[in-house]
Amino acid sequence: MAKRILALTLGSALAVVGLVAAFEPIRGHAETSGGGALKGAADFASIADTKERSKAIFAEASRVLTHPRCINCHPATRSPTQGEDMHPHVPLMIAADSSMGPAGLACSTCHGPENRGIVGSRLKSIPGNAHWQLAPESMAWQGLTVSQICQQVKDTERNGNRSHADLIKHMGEDHLVGWAWHPGEGRSAPPGSQAELAALIAAWVDTGAECPD
Amino acid sequence: MPYNLTVNGKSYAVDVDGDIPLLWVLRDTIGLTGTKFGCGIAMCGACTVHVDGMPVRSCILPVSEAAEKPVTTIEAIGDTPEGRKIQQAWLDIDVVQCGYCQSGQIMSATALLAANPKPSDGDIDAVMAGNICRCGTYPRIRAAIKLAAQG
Repeated sequence: MAKRILALTLGSALAVVGLVAAFEPIRGHAETSGGGALKGAADFASIADTKERSKAIFAEASRVLTHPRCINCHPATRSPTQGEDMHPHVPLMIAADSSMGPAGLACSTCHGPENRGIVGSRLKSIPGNAHWQLAPESMAWQGLTVSQICQQVKDTERNGNRSHADLIKHMGEDHLVGWAWHPGEGRSAPPGSQAELAALIAAWVDTGAECPD
Repeated sequence: MPYNLTVNGKSYAVDVDGDIPLLWVLRDTIGLTGTKFGCGIAMCGACTVHVDGMPVRSCILPVSEAAEKPVTTIEAIGDTPEGRKIQQAWLDIDVVQCGYCQSGQIMSATALLAANPKPSDGDIDAVMAGNICRCGTYPRIRAAIKLAAQG
């Protein structure tokens, strides 16, 4: 009898352990688990040489630019990537001429004006923004070095004819850029905040907008 | 929350949570079961309907975003010129195998034809890539879209 009770107790204990394991929450990147802090311009004050300081500031800002939330939509081809590992977009999607998908399958077929939560799936949400679209072909960043991205960002032939002042405004105020820090549940955010990125870009411009080597 | 939905030209007053996906309201509340649940995460296309004439994945579209906009489902897509052509081509080519994904396929194909009356193979592949068919009817889907584009 005692043996039987012991067996039952053991059995129940094992069942409970199994249940707990089965219902353990699936780990994902919470919206708030951003990429940590972004250094401010003051953190680079110790670099006496202005040119070198400018390069270091851009290198810090590039931690945002090369983050999956940003660079997934600056792909090398005209198809977006997705996820933390930047795998090809599922389903396969192309930018087409509009950068918003081919006629008949717009980005907005799935991506709404806001992130949409999903219940009961490993995928926690579908990201969304009113301006959801791929960056233009001239702004492809994947596969480039930080130095090459920097040159692209400054080149008015390839940056949408943006002045340095326009760049600060774009990085600091653009709604789709800002989405990166509010990517919806299940996705990590880049380091810092949009305001901190804008301040870094402003400091980079102030120091001559030099590109890292 | 009460919402007024216009589905296939008919008005429906429904009382559901605003964040419930449109698909669930279509199937469970209104009773239009032609639109299918596939993956539930906008990756397979089985649940495609048209809202304001644009294809959307109804499994992730909150019903609040579809309220007050015209919704068209597979039950009425044959009333549009492109939908009628697509459905006829589907019958002529005998596209369907098991059929589960086909209402979504037809809704996407109709949206393609409405936006691009003479699609190339590349155009068809680019748009229909969003709809998965486990039976692999893709060659017949492409042939049927080409046939519909001729007629």
